[in-house]
Formats: sequence, structure tokens, C-alpha cells
Amino acid sequence: MYKHIFSKNNRVLLSELVRTDFKLRYQGSVLGYAWSLLRPLLIFVILYVVFVKFLKLGNGIPHYPVYLLFGIVLWNFFNEMTVMSLGSIVGRGDLIRKIRIPRWIIVISSSLSALINLFLNLLVVSVFMIVNHISLTSSAAWLPLILLEIYIFALGLSFFLSAAFVKFRDLNYIWEVTMQALFYLTPVIYPLSRITNLKLQKLLLLNPVGQAIQDARYVIVTKQTTIIYHVFANIWYMLIPFVIVVAVLIVGTLYFRKESSHFAENI
Amino acid sequence: MADEIAIKVDHLRKNFKLPHQRETSIKSALINFRKWSRKYQTQKALNNVTFEIKKGEFFGIVGRNGSGKSTLLKMLAGIYPPDKGTININGKLTPFIELGVGFNQELTGKENVFLNGALLGFSRKEMRAIYDDIVEFAEIEEFMDQKLKNYSSGMQVRLAFSIAIRAKSDILLIDEVLAVGDAAFQTKCMDYFNELKAAGQTVVFVSHDRGSLEKFCDQAILIDKGVIIARGETKSVLNHYDRVVMKQLETKDEERRDAAPKNEAVSITNLKLTDQSGNEIRDAVPFGTRLTTTFYVKFKQPVEDPIIGITLWRDGVGSPIYATNTWVDGQSTAGAKKGKVYEYVVTLPEQLNTGKYFIEPAVANKEATYYYERITRAKSFLIMGSDNLYSIVMPSKGAQLRDV
Repeated sequence: MYKHIFSKNNRVLLSELVRTDFKLRYQGSVLGYAWSLLRPLLIFVILYVVFVKFLKLGNGIPHYPVYLLFGIVLWNFFNEMTVMSLGSIVGRGDLIRKIRIPRWIIVISSSLSALINLFLNLLVVSVFMIVNHISLTSSAAWLPLILLEIYIFALGLSFFLSAAFVKFRDLNYIWEVTMQALFYLTPVIYPLSRITNLKLQKLLLLNPVGQAIQDARYVIVTKQTTIIYHVFANIWYMLIPFVIVVAVLIVGTLYFRKESSHFAENI
Repeated sequence: MADEIAIKVDHLRKNFKLPHQRETSIKSALINFRKWSRKYQTQKALNNVTFEIKKGEFFGIVGRNGSGKSTLLKMLAGIYPPDKGTININGKLTPFIELGVGFNQELTGKENVFLNGALLGFSRKEMRAIYDDIVEFAEIEEFMDQKLKNYSSGMQVRLAFSIAIRAKSDILLIDEVLAVGDAAFQTKCMDYFNELKAAGQTVVFVSHDRGSLEKFCDQAILIDKGVIIARGETKSVLNHYDRVVMKQLETKDEERRDAAPKNEAVSITNLKLTDQSGNEIRDAVPFGTRLTTTFYVKFKQPVEDPIIGITLWRDGVGSPIYATNTWVDGQSTAGAKKGKVYEYVVTLPEQLNTGKYFIEPAVANKEATYYYERITRAKSFLIMGSDNLYSIVMPSKGAQLRDV
């Protein structure tokens, strides 16, 4: 099974699908790939002006602009990956109905596209860090693991969503709204310390995306970030986000596997 | 499984559930869920299908549209899972059933070659090695850097075909490739099939083009309404197929005749098609048979110098193949009084090539401005078994080749 997953045919196909995705994404737009960088930057500017300049949300957090941008980039990755994967199976219906390829390759390929975008955006973040004189500490070594956590969480959701969307075509609208709600339930634009209700603070940090974004800020931007370690005394509570991630991955993968053999007739 | 068997299909069944109102939203799913009565129709696509394909065989799957043959091919390719029964494949199978799968109109020809190649399992390096051959075979060198949407459909098919024939596998699945492309391209396909046949490649070929089936396939099965109704030598299977097609045609002919408006003055009856020994032709005849068609024209009212005639049509051809009438032949019909009956007899040309034909008898007024009676497709028949399928008229062997 595992030998099969990384077989030459699958690797070849995966890289070609990612390449195609990338070529097609900004097809016909004047600025092309630059939009991958411009989009989060412009969103950052808007949120920065509204929340930092007008509402003064970031008071008390050093390097708040970088803190904010980093959060937006990570959130965007999570959002983009789940949204793109959701439509990936249905969008590739032409392939699924005509050729025998492992179905999961399609979901993985759109997840890799999102991942590539994330790395481009992280380059922008690092430029901002240099401008703001933020130097990396040894704790930055945790970042890959934190990114992996977000990726795996998003992947589990992607498998579930892409398979469910074949049957329930309302799902994309539902997911869009869910993501909007989740955006505000995740400490992306506001510092968690602003929430004075400690119970609520704890609750928000049980969300794997929120926990991961806070951890990433903590290890990269500033130690004044509130992370899950600060709000729970009991180590078992701290494991909850990771349990959620693993559970979502297992459920998503199993559901996808169960449904995938019938994709061709249901699309 | 014995070594000489390439594919073994055992009691295969496939049903499709077709919801009356496709349940693609959560709302309808919830409503139906609560009612616990999901209304859908079960369409039996395949039922109890069992057959074997030996290695090196060119195997045909024949059937009308919607008979289940493409479903079977998709199941062989592993695109649909069986509901019941098993498929055993001995060897590597082509994973695709159609040309140009995954072609993207927004990518250039070159990019599409690599993408399509990846779907067939070729790495970029391997594709680079055979890229020039592919382009040369497709004869579109100068277009490779243009987007596919600027290609003609013929060019796209040529490109797809050139890539597809590079796929190395033990068993090839081919579905109706010949339905597309111009004559030159079809010749290329034929050459390719000949090569495959000569090389002893195992091929599963789905088509309803009897010409190419007859030419290439050793063995075949005939599928109708999801079950195999004939199997064995391609020729006998195709004869069976003709009968199935004719049965359908005859029912349609009758419906058409019943539906035709009745006119008061003239009726055409007793239309018959016979061979040289006077045997009536029901459906199919071998090529070269001398066919004669006869019908009666009965006048219930007097008509002044009517024109009686006949037109022969061929399926899929817009203009008549053969037509004649009493006016062009200078025959007098002045005796068309009340109660008069004429018999009209026409011998059809013998060079009609393999295909489906329709006879249309008609009676028109003197100036040929309207029909008293005309029966489109009064009789349909099939000519089969010629060895040259390039034209409607079978060429006589009179062409000469001389050294100059």
C-alpha cells in the first residue's frame, strides 16, 4: 500500500497536476503569479488599517503588523486549502469519469498547490521580519511541526469535504459561511489577550488552527503571544487540539476511501 | 487463472441508481432522509455478464447505444466498481477509455502532451525522449506552443492519438476512437490497429461500426439491455447484431406507417424487397445480391398522369443514393382511373456497399409539385459483407495500374 502511494506513476502524476494547477491559476491575469503575494498583502493592509490604526487592537503586542500578517498568511493557507480541495474532485470530474487514477492524488495535488502558495507568502513574511528587525531564536525550529499540524488538519477536512461535495452540492456555500465564522473564532486579527473571559480564551485555543497560529507567532514573532500552554495547567487539555487533528484526519480519510470508488458514477 | 487468459469476467452486475430528482442538496437529502423513502429508479446497466478474453485476442464488444457496452469497458478499466461478480485482469491494462483525457484547453499543445503523458504514467524525462516522435506523428509541429483551444478538433484528436499509442500495456481498451477524425486520420488508426493485430496485442474494442469490428476482431460479444445475447466469432455475432438492429428498425417503420396521414386518392401497398430468386428480404443481405423492389399503387379516385417513383436512401447520407420514376423513364400513367392498380418494379444497383438503406416509394401529381402518397423508410435493409468500406458504391475491379 505505502509502496503504491509513492510509486513512480503517482509521483509523476502528482507533480504534473500541481504544475497544471499553478499554470492555470492566474491564467490571463496581467500580474499573474504576483497575485499569490499581492492578495494576502492587500488583505493585510485592509485589516491593518481597520483593526490596528482605527481600533487600536494591537496595543501591547510588539511587532503587531508582522504578528498580524503572519496570522493572516497561515489562516489564508488553511482557508485556501480546504476551499480548493472541496471542489477538487467535482472539478476534475472529466478525469475521474474517464481514467483510472488514484482519486486521492487529486486532493493531494490541490493541497500541494496551497502549500506552495504558503511558502511564497512566508517569504513575504520574512521580508517584513527583516524590516522590523525580528531575529529568529532557536525556538523557530518548531515552525515546521506547527505548519505540519495545520496541513494535516486541513488535509483531513479536505478529504472529507471533497468526497461529501460529490453528493451534497450545497456544501461549498455551507463551508464558506463556516469558514467566515471560524475566522472570527480564531485569533487572527485580534490578540487573544484582548479576550478577558478566560474560559472563552481557553475555548478558542482548543481550535487546532487557533492553537497552531498562536504557537507559530510565539516561536517566530514574539514571546508575548498567548499560547495554549499559558491558559491550561493540565497537560491533558493541551492535547485536545492534536486529538482533534488526528480524529479529523482519520474520519476524513476513511470517508473518502469509502466514497471514492463511486465518484465516477456520482459526479 | 490460466496463463493464456487476459481478462476473465464472472457474473458481473452493475446497477445505477437514478434519483427521480437528483439528490444533490442537503435539504432534499434531509427531507428524504426523514421520510426514509429515497425515490430512485434502478437502471440495470449490466446483468450476469460472463466472458473470457484470451491473450493476443482482438476482442469486440458490440451493442446499440445504451446497451451497456461502455459501462462494461469502464468497469474493465476500473473506473466503476462492480455491484456483484468479479473481474480478473492478467497483466497491465490501459487506464483510459477515451482519447485526450485531461486535455486542458487553456494549456498549450506541448503542456498538454506532458500532462496527458503523466496520466499514462510517463515522467517528464521519458516524455521528452518521445516528444518529437509524438509531434511528428500528429503532424502539428508548428502549433505546439499554441493553446489547445486554438486547435481544430481534428488536430486535437491527432495529438491525443499520438500520445495514447505510446502507452505501453498488455491489454488495450479502445472505445469508438474511429468515430472522430477525417479520412486520413482514420487510415492512420487502421494502420495502428493492423500493427497491433500483427504484434499479437490483446485489445478490447468497443464499437458499433461493423466495418472495423469485422475487419479486426477475432471474437466478440453482443450486449443488449445489459446482458450478453451472442458470443463467438465476430461474423456470427455481427449477424446477430443486425437482427437486433433490424427488429428495432421494423418497429419504428411500422409506427411511422401507422402515423402517416391517410390520403383519399392513392395508396401504396404490398411493398416487397426480393433477391434474384424471388425470396423476400427481411433485414440483411450479403453484398452483391441483385435486389428488386415491388409495390402496388391503387387509385381510389382518378388522378391525371401521376408520377410513380422510388428513392433509395442510405443511413446518415443526406442525398438520395438512387432514384427513378415513371416520368424520367417516359412511362405513361394515363390509365390512373378509379380502381386502377399499378405494379411498380425497380431493380436496385448491385454495387451498393455495406450499410443501412431505406426505400421510399411515392406517388406525385403530374407537375411533381406535391405527393399524393409518400412513405419514408417504407422498408429498411442492411447490406453486409463487402471487403472495401471506403465508399457507398463498391468499386468494380476495373481500375488499371500501368507502368509509365
